[in-house]
Amino acid sequence: MQQHEFDVIVVGGGGAGLRAAIAAAEEGATKGTAQGATLNIAMLSKVYPMRSHTVAAEGGAAAVTRADDTVEAHFADTVAGGDWLAEQGVVDYFVRHAHAELVQMERWGCPWSRQANGDVQVRRFGGMKTERTWFAADKTGFHMLHTLFQTSLKYPAIQRFDEYFVLDLLVNDDRQVQGVLALEISTGALHVLYAKAVIMATGGAGRVFRFNTNGGIVTGDGMAIAYRHGVPLRDMEFVQYHPTGLPGSGILITEASRGEGGVLVNKAGYRYLQDYGLGPETPLGKPENKHMELGPRDKLSQAFWHEQQAGRTGKHGDSDVVYLDLRHLGKAYLQERLPFICELAQSYVNVDPATQLIPIRPAVHYTMGGIATDRYCETAIQGLYAVGECASVGLHGANRLGSNSLTELLVFGRLAGEQAAKQALAGAASAAVDTAARTHIGERCYQRWQQKLSHLCDTQREMRSWVPIKRALVATMEAGCGIYRDEAGLQETLATIHQLQQDAQHIRIGDTSAAYNTDLLQCLELEFCLDVAETICLAALERRESRGAHQRLESAYQARNDAEYLQHSQVFFRANAPAELRWQAVDTHISAPAERLYGGQTAGEGAKDA
Amino acid sequence: MRNCSIAVQRYLPHEHAEPFWQHFTVPFDESTSILDALNYIKEELDPSLSFRWSCRMAICGSCGVMVNGIPKLGCKDFLRNYLPRNYLASESTAAVSAAEIRIQPLAHFTVERDLIVDMNEFLVHLEAVKPYLITDAGADETPLEKHAQTLAQTNKQTPAQLAKYKQFANCINCGLCYSACPQFGLNPEFVGPAAIALAQRYNLDSRDQGKAARMPVLNGHNGVWSCTFVGFCSDVCPKHVDPAAAVNQGKVESAKSMLIQMFTGRG
Repeated sequence: MQQHEFDVIVVGGGGAGLRAAIAAAEEGATKGTAQGATLNIAMLSKVYPMRSHTVAAEGGAAAVTRADDTVEAHFADTVAGGDWLAEQGVVDYFVRHAHAELVQMERWGCPWSRQANGDVQVRRFGGMKTERTWFAADKTGFHMLHTLFQTSLKYPAIQRFDEYFVLDLLVNDDRQVQGVLALEISTGALHVLYAKAVIMATGGAGRVFRFNTNGGIVTGDGMAIAYRHGVPLRDMEFVQYHPTGLPGSGILITEASRGEGGVLVNKAGYRYLQDYGLGPETPLGKPENKHMELGPRDKLSQAFWHEQQAGRTGKHGDSDVVYLDLRHLGKAYLQERLPFICELAQSYVNVDPATQLIPIRPAVHYTMGGIATDRYCETAIQGLYAVGECASVGLHGANRLGSNSLTELLVFGRLAGEQAAKQALAGAASAAVDTAARTHIGERCYQRWQQKLSHLCDTQREMRSWVPIKRALVATMEAGCGIYRDEAGLQETLATIHQLQQDAQHIRIGDTSAAYNTDLLQCLELEFCLDVAETICLAALERRESRGAHQRLESAYQARNDAEYLQHSQVFFRANAPAELRWQAVDTHISAPAERLYGGQTAGEGAKDA
Repeated sequence: MRNCSIAVQRYLPHEHAEPFWQHFTVPFDESTSILDALNYIKEELDPSLSFRWSCRMAICGSCGVMVNGIPKLGCKDFLRNYLPRNYLASESTAAVSAAEIRIQPLAHFTVERDLIVDMNEFLVHLEAVKPYLITDAGADETPLEKHAQTLAQTNKQTPAQLAKYKQFANCINCGLCYSACPQFGLNPEFVGPAAIALAQRYNLDSRDQGKAARMPVLNGHNGVWSCTFVGFCSDVCPKHVDPAAAVNQGKVESAKSMLIQMFTGRG
């Protein structure tokens, strides 16, 4: 058993993890040095940091920038976009710190797209009243991730453990975090890493669904690990379908395509969004904020479902599709603003967007819910923080607005890093750690996992692949937990998940090598997925109303029901028993719940604001 | 669905001393990528085959492999590219045996297992060129309050200034150019195409003042002058970064800085 000692451990090397690690390093360099302590920070990631899924974010990062915009407007858009299920104090903090964080990224070298005068350019985005989305062409996540990764190289306090797969948390009887257990992928060796604070930044769980825009690594690992230790997963029923994924693969076609003026048409060439409360139709080449194609993602994906039911969708391979029309933007403009989209459309559906329609359909994109944290990103376990898509700090409510999450990982990544560093510094100043008790926890965890892994790879047992279980899981989630849901479908899916959890007990890995046993890793990821899927399905079943991305088909549940469900769902793990759901009050102290208005309904909204 | 023969080079360090070839038959259509084929093999035929992948949209840079001897991103290279023209459109159902596709780990790197190579050999070079903005912030001379004010604002950078380095900022660190580079094959200490492109990305950035700090690595024995300008690195780049152009620009810069050094004794 190899053991390591750190002050702060960051699990995950995507945007949130990197931003948190940098913040912790800076906090250590200033406050730490002042009190004569240095902070050693470990960053563990199951992939090299620049492979993390932040890399695939395309459209941009939101912050109030223009003189005619206000933080109050960004707040109002975010809270309404989330159908009033966002924590309003958290949203308020977010909109006030968003701009400074994007400026910080600029000063670290992020190649933001610019106006002729050298100022940063902003673009339109769905559900945003004013242009406030910063972008780096259509590879914003890529540029942010690489900028953060490269900047992190400046900080000697950050020690990277690339390709270490975190299996578990070390938690003592007083519910304080003590460290993590990780598998070194290149050797198969288990490592115990101790620390006074741990930050989970492990990303979402889109791979729980068959048809998604996510990379193969987006399997909810951190969510499941925290959940198994009693931290509730919050608002898991809210799963965002991005309206424009490529058929077949699910590859993401950015919302910026519509922000730049792209339109959606059905198989008859009709701009169908005007029939779903998003009209009147805006003239071609003249997009209007919060109208038509610039409505929020939940409404657009739901409109697709209705078009599909009515038989007005076209076909691409086996997929029902509608079409994204970018032709009127012209080749030169497309190359400047949407070069990656042109490349993706050409490679994966053999379409040139300058001359042809791009077939698209909704695909699972983002988990609004996650590890429940307070407004300082701390979980129910002392010293355990969570940030980014794996977390539910309460920013997105029932539906995330595009370009809020890239800013989220900066604003809350910094906050989580600073808080964790403070926790570690306070720990260093206080009484000495009970190393004997801690080592005992580390050893027990190590032995439990050693046993589990040997069992999974035990060649005495009959080989049983994880593949059929994974396929059954993603199929049942899509069937029962999709854009529209009902009691019978959810019950069936929940029963299927419970059965699959039983089946997973019998898996025996085919690959018995120690080095780079990706067969084993994918099996462990599937086990994480099964737990996360159960929380999504249970919360969707219990939320008998329609709100944001969660839509029920039963006529009694088709409307939002604030009297009963203006509450967060929290799902708790129970060993060897079905999960348990409890409700939690929502912070609505700034803006009372109201109707969400888009398209022509927004007329007169300005007067209300004033 | 048609079938295609695929040969994969395996290497299991604890079980076999030497790499060996394994042959598979994989169904495919016009959208099947090399990565799809590898995932099919893993899920249906042999779970022990190991390779890296994630985004499947040519942006995370994980899945570089050699396909018929050429470095490729597995997710952006398609089986259709290796078949006789019009094969998919034809009525023929004969197995495509003449066109067996051979997949190997990226050349010039140490193979760890199967298609997985040691990417740290690439990362050390990347880190060596100080790939981050270096500024003489002048915090010492500026009153603290004014300094904080400056930090609250963005730098100006015109689209033309951005265009100077933007291409070099598009590198996804996939390592294909290192597998294409004969010099890196001969001398693993050579800084290599992607790292030099990244150095140029920052050297050309109007906000950066760190060129002097980066030049020693580029000027050194394993820097730009190791390159013999074969240019294959740019041919294989899946993101059109054109690292060969960066290396060439680096040579010009290096020559200048060495001349200056000769006359002034300063770097």
